[in-house]
Amino acid sequence: MAFLDRTARGFFLTELLSGLGLTFSYMFRPRVTLNYPFEKGPISPRFRGEHALRRYPNGEERCIACKLCEAVCPALAITIEAEPRDDGSRRTTRYDIDMTKCIYCGLCQEACPVDAIVEGPNFEFSTETREELFYNKDKLLENGDRWEAQLAANVAVDAPYR
Amino acid sequence: MVELWSGYAWPTIIIVLQIVAIIIPLLVGVAYLTYAERKVLAAMQLRQGPNMVGPFGLFQPLADGLKLFGKETVIPAGANRVVFVFAPMLTFLLSLIAWAVIPFSSTMVLANINVGVLYLFAISSLGVYGIIMAGWASNSKYAFLGGLRSAAQMVSYEVSIGFVIITVLLCVGSLNLSDVVLAQRTVWFAIPLFPMFVVFFISALAETNRAPFDLPEGESELVGGYNVEYSAMTFALFFLGEYANMILMSAMTSILFLGGWLPPFDIAPLNWIPGPIWFALKIALVLFMFLWVRATVPRYRYDQLMRLGWKVFLPFSLFWVILTAGVLVTFGWLP
Repeated sequence: MAFLDRTARGFFLTELLSGLGLTFSYMFRPRVTLNYPFEKGPISPRFRGEHALRRYPNGEERCIACKLCEAVCPALAITIEAEPRDDGSRRTTRYDIDMTKCIYCGLCQEACPVDAIVEGPNFEFSTETREELFYNKDKLLENGDRWEAQLAANVAVDAPYR
Repeated sequence: MVELWSGYAWPTIIIVLQIVAIIIPLLVGVAYLTYAERKVLAAMQLRQGPNMVGPFGLFQPLADGLKLFGKETVIPAGANRVVFVFAPMLTFLLSLIAWAVIPFSSTMVLANINVGVLYLFAISSLGVYGIIMAGWASNSKYAFLGGLRSAAQMVSYEVSIGFVIITVLLCVGSLNLSDVVLAQRTVWFAIPLFPMFVVFFISALAETNRAPFDLPEGESELVGGYNVEYSAMTFALFFLGEYANMILMSAMTSILFLGGWLPPFDIAPLNWIPGPIWFALKIALVLFMFLWVRATVPRYRYDQLMRLGWKVFLPFSLFWVILTAGVLVTFGWLP
């Protein structure tokens, strides 16, 4: 009986037809693929993308050159040099991140006492040369200026959990 | 001189123009079949498919073709140069010359010969030579294995296709393809000969090396099968030939079983549409089934393929030949 059953199923192509029916029904379902450069998926406020150095609303840079980020960085990607500024406050004269070394662990932004160095939502910063990925202080501050609105919002959303 | 013009030169020009009128739409059809394949597969796998080149990616086939034109034809050091270059040409040529006998409507046919079915059968059997030559001339194990598999597979399924065609011919009483179509004015052969239609369709998949019978080019085990060593235009010719063969087998399916250029019912709004359009629609339907099957079924194992061909399809189609002949003789329906 089992033999007859199997043979009949084989001859009437039942399994094949049910498979074809399934693929045909899938044809009319909405696509799951995002049309990437034009559509993008949602990202978390905790997303760790490109780094930025933030400023206070009055334009003063936040970083106080405590070097906690440099110390905590497991990939040794951050290099900081500092000396007192003319007004006596302690500021960095050099703040470099080697983006080719960075592992995007987010320890630098967790270590920062003044929320100066943060990892922003931007993940599209590929370059054509390696040198362009050695970020200096100007580049990081520029990033901060460009993304400030979103960076501030992300920090505010995440603040209760820190 | 007048004799030469009106008796020889003018008919030649006419025939060349007719050939061009068949080949150009065919090649455009091939190009857009690749596009349709990618779009249908994408739709069934919940993807987008090509959508960047032109509106809805409609210029994608042109871009692909241009890319292949611009590439370098690499001929491997160990290859037999003459056979290596000749193989893709042969595949392409054979896929085109078969169209000489395909009737697009009751009047539109290039060569209305009375052994059209036999001619088609002969040409589609020759197709295996291009692949065998490619596999052998490449002097590479993958290409060689692909060529051998392809040869064995095409020969096996040719046999059951032969029997299926015999059943149809028994019902028609002629080998002329126009007669085959005209014999289906009352009912398409797909209805009384439905099992044969299924056998023919599945054998056509095997004959054109399409999924689930795409062992000759099985990417996962043979890299690319018989065409691994081919590049640029030689590869493009294989590709075009393969897809033109798909269209040819779909045309054969629609002529033998789906009533060729005839409308489904010979009533007012349907028979206003000209024959070639019905024919194209039927070919498109069968081609969609080709793609649909590819999106559904995983690849057969080689021994399963051979079992299906020799131990299922051959006895089954043989049985149907005898059954059809018996019914036709018993009821006196022989044409």
